[in-house]
Amino acid sequence: MEISGAEILARCLAEENVEFVFGYPGGAVLEIYDAIFKQNKFKHVLVRHEQAAVHAADAYSRSSEKIGVALVTSGPGATNAITGIATAFMDSIPMVVISGQVGTPMIGSDAFQEVDMVGCSRPVVKHNFLVKDVKDLAATVKKAFYIATTGRPGPVVIDIPKDVTQAKAVFEYPKSVSIRSYNPPVKGHPGQIKKAAQLLSEAKRPFIYVGGGAVLGNAAAEVTELVRLLNVPCTNTLMGLGAFPGSDPQFVGMLGMHGTYEANMAMQYADTIIAIGARFDDRVISNPTQFLSQAKKIVQIDIDPSSIAKRVKVDVPIVGDVKDVLKDLIAILKDSNTRPNEKALAAWWDQINDWRKPNSLWYPQDDEIIQPQFVMQKLFEVTGGNAIITSDVGQHQMFTAQYYAFNRPRQWINSGGLGTMGFGLPAAMGAQLANPYADVACITGDGSIQMNIQELSTCKQYHTPVKIINLNNGYLGMVRQWQEFFYGTRYSESYVDALPDFVKLAEAYGHVGMQISKPADVEPALREAFALKERLVFMDFLTNPKANVFPMIQNGKGLNQMDLPPHMRDMQLIPFENNRDYGNLC
Amino acid sequence: MRHILSVLIENEAGALSRVTGLFSARGYNIDSLTVQTTEDPTMSRMTIVTHGSEDVIEQITKQLNKLIEVVKVIDLNEADHIERELMLIKVRATGKDRDEMKRMADIFRGRIIDVTEKSYTIELTGPGEKLDAFIKALDQAVILETVRTGASGIGRGERILKL
Repeated sequence: MEISGAEILARCLAEENVEFVFGYPGGAVLEIYDAIFKQNKFKHVLVRHEQAAVHAADAYSRSSEKIGVALVTSGPGATNAITGIATAFMDSIPMVVISGQVGTPMIGSDAFQEVDMVGCSRPVVKHNFLVKDVKDLAATVKKAFYIATTGRPGPVVIDIPKDVTQAKAVFEYPKSVSIRSYNPPVKGHPGQIKKAAQLLSEAKRPFIYVGGGAVLGNAAAEVTELVRLLNVPCTNTLMGLGAFPGSDPQFVGMLGMHGTYEANMAMQYADTIIAIGARFDDRVISNPTQFLSQAKKIVQIDIDPSSIAKRVKVDVPIVGDVKDVLKDLIAILKDSNTRPNEKALAAWWDQINDWRKPNSLWYPQDDEIIQPQFVMQKLFEVTGGNAIITSDVGQHQMFTAQYYAFNRPRQWINSGGLGTMGFGLPAAMGAQLANPYADVACITGDGSIQMNIQELSTCKQYHTPVKIINLNNGYLGMVRQWQEFFYGTRYSESYVDALPDFVKLAEAYGHVGMQISKPADVEPALREAFALKERLVFMDFLTNPKANVFPMIQNGKGLNQMDLPPHMRDMQLIPFENNRDYGNLC
Repeated sequence: MRHILSVLIENEAGALSRVTGLFSARGYNIDSLTVQTTEDPTMSRMTIVTHGSEDVIEQITKQLNKLIEVVKVIDLNEADHIERELMLIKVRATGKDRDEMKRMADIFRGRIIDVTEKSYTIELTGPGEKLDAFIKALDQAVILETVRTGASGIGRGERILKL
């Protein structure tokens, strides 16, 4: 029996076990919406802006091991989705975005609500398709899900013209996909893995550097096993937080631009680094020349060969699925009893513990004004470290990364690569729908929240009881910090000064609003909010407008050239002590 | 350094723009690009001439390989290869220049493929340097129009790029 393209699409999504489609209807997708109306296999979530649909689908993916799906109409619907798609692309998030297109006879005629979506999205997708014939539709959807989820994951766009959704064909969903030009690697090269084990046995100051690839590759258990087996220090990147438990004594904190003193110093002075699903991003190592000035051996494990040796030279590249590679590496290490030099390792830990002592994350909290760091610490305590946390982009994002210890993967959801303001709230919705029984908190700022604040309405409609934590400092905080550091404190357009009454605003959308201005009220307010299991609570924390994120590494400087927090400012950097018993630098 | 990349790619709408888009988005150069379907009509082969450091070429190759439609990429520079480029050049040919032009075309093993009272159009094939040399050898004033395809390349001997 022949059914319409729209019905075929709905059947395909059901075949893929899609649970939610995040979207917004419009002329070009009305046929699809009609097909959605007539089925009950998956639910549709009506957002208030297409960007939010994509962010929600993205966070649905990030917070589960499932795949997010978004549906938007042609033209403006499609272009509104681009920021969300680019966000997912930068962070390698598996996702399928379906966009409507004008009818095939009209394509190229500048028709109403026409935009070349395949062209617009090309630079920010893993792959995209324009379906010109209804007979190709089912196979294309199958391919899209396959491409999005395999290899280095990423967003895939399917652009479907309106007449294709109306045309009819027999529904037949392919059982498997084979694309001759696409064969993502899985197993790492055994010889290279052996070499990595060998390097570890020669290491005097080994360091394990774990990125988002370990989270996406579901390799947290293997990462943890490796770090504990070797008894070496471990850092997570912003995207990797949770891949190794943040509360573990072997964890030295996040590294990079706003990383801890100990993590950055250890990265700089390590003699052997194992990079796991991490790509030596500019926000992580800052200046590659400075970074490599301490001769070091680098092992890099990544599924994407183009991420290997892109910014730094790598001694042992291992292309493969991170989970598989780590399993193989651990097996070899256990078998051969290969371990880093124990005596040197003990000295290395002494050095790291010296770097830890000044506590670069210390901040002064008095009784008068709330420090943003304090809110994060209390949030950690109140939620028992168990909440799924989404964040927007700015100072609050860094404070969260620094002060909320993430102990499991997929618990920390932020726009790391693209740095998209407006991500937090729709992401919290998506994460809450994927994890209906979890506490989900959105950490945001007065600037970020206003970029997609209309989603408070979606949260009302779908009863997503997220807890919004607005670190309100009346500034675009990160912009203000940079203007202080690099632009002579000329606060050009970083002062908001026209903020809405967030409490009333939350109430206007039918939610609970709270404003907290005293440090003593922080914890009680959080407890009260998280006790309201069924309600969205918007907590407007009036925080120190002058608080800055420390440590900080300025562009171009080395990891050992941090701007330290005020309490450490007069302190000399604790030097790397070459005379400890490491033996010679390799 | 100049490199010549051969790319086997699915013969699909939009595949070419993915390749060129990759170069422009990542700030790489395309010096020339030729493309046609192969003996297998589902596949096209591109020859891309580009330049850059070894690191840049490595990145270009890796990024090309990442494109879903790209079946295979080789750097022809890595071993012996042959390159050819086609040029059509229209020159003014009147009076005593007419014989001179004919002689020049013969010396470069070109063929005159169109003749009018005032002009010859010459077809010339060879490595890019040969075409450059021909242009240089002519009195610049007689050149009316040139069109060049850019290089196509193939490995020498047993070196074959095939699925």
